[in-house]
Amino acid sequence: MEAARPAVHYLNADYGVRSWLFTRDHKRIGLLYLASITAMFALGGMAALLVRLDLLTPAGDLVSDDTYNKLFTMHGIIMVFFFLVPSIPAVLGNFLVPLMIGARDLAFPTLNLLSWYIFNLGALVTLWAVLTGGVDTGWTFYVPFSTAASNTNVVAAALGIFISGFSSILTGLNFIVTIHRMRAPGMSWLKMPLFIWSIYATSFIFILGTPVIAITLALVGIERLFHIGIFDPALGGDPILFQHLFWFYSHPAVYIMILPSMGVVSEIIPCFSRNRIFGYSFIAVSSLAIAMLGFLVWGHHMFVSGQSVNAGLIFSFLSFAVAIPSAIKVFNWTATLYRGSIWLQAPMLYALGFIGLFTIGGLTGLFLASIGIDVHVTDTYFVVAHFHYIMVGGAVMGYLGGIHYWWPKISGKTYPEGWAKIAALIVFIGFNLTFFPQFVLGYLGMPRRYHVYPPEFQVLNVMSTAGASILGIGYLLPILYLVWSMRYGQAASENPWHATGLEWQTPSPPPTENFSETPIVVDGPYMYRELDAEEVKRVA
Amino acid sequence: MIPSLISGLPLFPERASTMASRVDALYFFLIGVSAFFAVLIATLIVVFAIRYRRREGYVQEPAPEGALALEVTWTAIPLGLVMVMFVWGASIFVAMQRPPDDALQAFVVGRRWMWKVQHVDGRREIDQIHVPVGRSVKLTMTSEDVIHSFFVPAFRVKQDAVPGRYTTLWFQATKPGTYHLFCAEYCGTQHSRMIGQVIALEPADYAAWLAGSSGAQSMAQAGGATFEQLGCASCHRDDSQARGPALAGLAGRPVQLQGGTVVVADDAYLRESILNPQAKIVAGYQPIMPTFQGLVSEEGLLQLIAYIKSLQAKVN
Amino acid sequence: MPETSTTAGAGTVARPGSPGARAHAVAHQFEDAEQQYEAANLGMWVFLVTEVLFFGGMFTVYVVYRSMFPAAFAAGSHELDFVLGTVNTAVLITSSLTMALAVHAARAGGRGAQVAWLAATMALGAVFLGIKLTEYAHKFAEHLVPGPSFRFAGPDAPQAELFFSLYFVLTGFHAVHMVIGLGLLGVLTTLAWRGRFGPSYFTPVEVSGLYWHFVDLIWIFLYPLLYLIDRHH
Repeated sequence: MEAARPAVHYLNADYGVRSWLFTRDHKRIGLLYLASITAMFALGGMAALLVRLDLLTPAGDLVSDDTYNKLFTMHGIIMVFFFLVPSIPAVLGNFLVPLMIGARDLAFPTLNLLSWYIFNLGALVTLWAVLTGGVDTGWTFYVPFSTAASNTNVVAAALGIFISGFSSILTGLNFIVTIHRMRAPGMSWLKMPLFIWSIYATSFIFILGTPVIAITLALVGIERLFHIGIFDPALGGDPILFQHLFWFYSHPAVYIMILPSMGVVSEIIPCFSRNRIFGYSFIAVSSLAIAMLGFLVWGHHMFVSGQSVNAGLIFSFLSFAVAIPSAIKVFNWTATLYRGSIWLQAPMLYALGFIGLFTIGGLTGLFLASIGIDVHVTDTYFVVAHFHYIMVGGAVMGYLGGIHYWWPKISGKTYPEGWAKIAALIVFIGFNLTFFPQFVLGYLGMPRRYHVYPPEFQVLNVMSTAGASILGIGYLLPILYLVWSMRYGQAASENPWHATGLEWQTPSPPPTENFSETPIVVDGPYMYRELDAEEVKRVA
Repeated sequence: MIPSLISGLPLFPERASTMASRVDALYFFLIGVSAFFAVLIATLIVVFAIRYRRREGYVQEPAPEGALALEVTWTAIPLGLVMVMFVWGASIFVAMQRPPDDALQAFVVGRRWMWKVQHVDGRREIDQIHVPVGRSVKLTMTSEDVIHSFFVPAFRVKQDAVPGRYTTLWFQATKPGTYHLFCAEYCGTQHSRMIGQVIALEPADYAAWLAGSSGAQSMAQAGGATFEQLGCASCHRDDSQARGPALAGLAGRPVQLQGGTVVVADDAYLRESILNPQAKIVAGYQPIMPTFQGLVSEEGLLQLIAYIKSLQAKVN
Repeated sequence: MPETSTTAGAGTVARPGSPGARAHAVAHQFEDAEQQYEAANLGMWVFLVTEVLFFGGMFTVYVVYRSMFPAAFAAGSHELDFVLGTVNTAVLITSSLTMALAVHAARAGGRGAQVAWLAATMALGAVFLGIKLTEYAHKFAEHLVPGPSFRFAGPDAPQAELFFSLYFVLTGFHAVHMVIGLGLLGVLTTLAWRGRFGPSYFTPVEVSGLYWHFVDLIWIFLYPLLYLIDRHH
């Protein structure tokens, strides 16, 4: 079909740096976030590369102990707070939520822009902490180490994260109000796309969880800055109380990182199978269940911390419970493929890769929930492998799949499909080579955050580092060809994937106001059979 | 016993404790279940992607949008499986929390970046601990500074050492050997160098090692000396001049506090009573005991507690 | 004189010179003024939920430590100035009353009443902060500020220091929220003076009122938890 790229759209409606830096357009803000988080991903990735290079040899002869500790700390802080948490919500969520529900923008466009500035401020403060000496507490800031023993820029790093938390809160607030109040006429809750359900569930976690990490890090900063003891055992303070407060946010945070990715997968699978999603309401309810149950399991990070036996048993039980909704989703996505018409374009490769890798990551979570096994594997590379399978094999794959899927809508251009497939394959291979050996290392007993290690662990470490280099190349490719496509790519039509969804009923790229008239929704989502039948009739 | 792909490439840790085979059994069950579901999902995806691939002339057959029976099934079966995992894992964990009554005791104080071990007979070790094969050993642990974690992969045990409180860990070695001891809670610059070894000896060899001691004071004796030095005896005495509760026979017994609550005089209670005496006032006594925070080290506290425990014998 | 329209809609124009006369345009993303109003309210409620969790973290720390060290917390509480704390509570509750009256005035339309009640709320808020600063100064002089200069005559000084750490953190963050509230009130008073609010548009006053009431509510929890431990004799 001939591409009908509109003459005026949100990218060229206004020119100049000021039109971008003061924009209220959710689509432009999504792209501003894309730039920021890509930069942070690059920084966090470089830290990871240096960590893996140092781990090539058991003696840790690339950098000093202190530098190594700073590197893994910065990798964790940047990747968790400045890449994974904002990634899909702030980039794809900001861009797509109004489009998908038929609105002209989010409820509070100015707050949206403010959230981007706050994010950058937090990132700058944290980067300042890195450049002026670094932080070496681990992204988990455990006390008393972070309050009494570390002599690095703990307060600055905590402040940077504290500031960026407001960005999360404003984003979540915007999404909740928008989804509640601004859906197009006819779009009932059970007609919403599953991506919207996942963003909605994620937003609850933003709202309920982020303030707790804020106060927790504030208390650490206050204790350190003013030498007052809140967690100091010498005054009767309780270091384990810190862990409870920290993980109360940081466990739900991992659901912030995965739920939106699951939402992306729920959009891609039906489109590239030409089927309705199997079990729509089960997937929708599972998103909410994961968000709610996710607040009840934080103690599984603390099984050997000294918390009570009964607490451990309760947290173990609930941690198994929270696995079930995720399993339900995996089965439903797989069932959606049944009698589909499967089209293995890059977004679908990423989505299928997500299902496979997330399944492995989720299953290894069961090992950790089994409290008797967790005693052995907690604080080892087993945990590191587990969460990277979910975060990188899962969340990042979902993110890349989403970027590719909606790239025509975002940029009005198509990306080079051949290169995209190659990159997806390189990412998949590199990822598994990096992280699967770490399961073996962990059960063998190699602890995490170790700069030097016993020589018998070297071969597995070398394998892991080799995989990391391949993975790095896999990530570099999309950055290169997506940027290339913005200039040299083929123009995209309004709906190149023949997808359902309101975002595809408007030109690529969309005009600033998204829709010339507010759409009226009649059908439910993912009516691919009907859409294809109509297409056949039209062509005939 | 260690399966290796290539000679010298370890893929599985040694089993050297009574717990290890229990942990490994659950581990293999989980690997089996995980492999089953991972292969199932992967196979379905591959089969569906090939069988239903978009191609010239392919016409889709009708597909269901949902099936309640299927949803219930694939919710119930995983739920059942994870409940099995929960109960199994819980029973292992509970066993890990219950040291046998006849366990040998040893005391561990972690500090950046070393493990200081005290045996009851006063012998000290740094970054290593000798234990007998075939007997349970219970470690009481704390930290002088930040949180550390005592981890012996071959025994499948791990427990944090937390400043300001006691934690415990027990194991029973099943074969002689030297096993890695790692610190498993990040504690700063030399975290990865805070390692050591657990040396398990056959009973005869262990006895030989014990016999070759340097005649150091036992922990109880050292504690007694500290007790005198710090002047504890001036209030904690057996006569009418006593201003503090009697200590003989106290350890492990219930104590009635002001206000009616009853607590057990365990290690944590004894430690707290020395460092923060106002926290729990024994019924019938005045809150006049001064704090000894800063006047006695963690190791000294453990010695005092050993001394107080030794006073039990006199009552009997 | 024609009634000012109370059914808000885009472009509704009130009687020239009356409050809200320059009717507030509906932002482009909203369908109508009602959707805009409801979105603003929902937004403020969602924000207040985050504040509940923020203070909730502090309250959790307080509850844990107070249950571990009841005597020390009581001793610390007795060092706080009961009179000033109680006066402050009365001041803040009264300020919520004046705030509610300001919202009512905005809905009803009286420009003078709006400005008066908003200014009164500001004044009361300022009085609260002034009293708080006085208390802080007293504590500084009495060496009850946690840190190297802390001196507490009593057997459980370290745990009393914990109490005072929590006292300063809780009331300090509360005070920060009061300052932000005063800032909001300053802006509102200025806009009210310019006749920006009236029956057709009073949303900022109302949502700021929600915020102010919430900050008052936090204090109503803080007051007994900090000032009234074991004070019944």
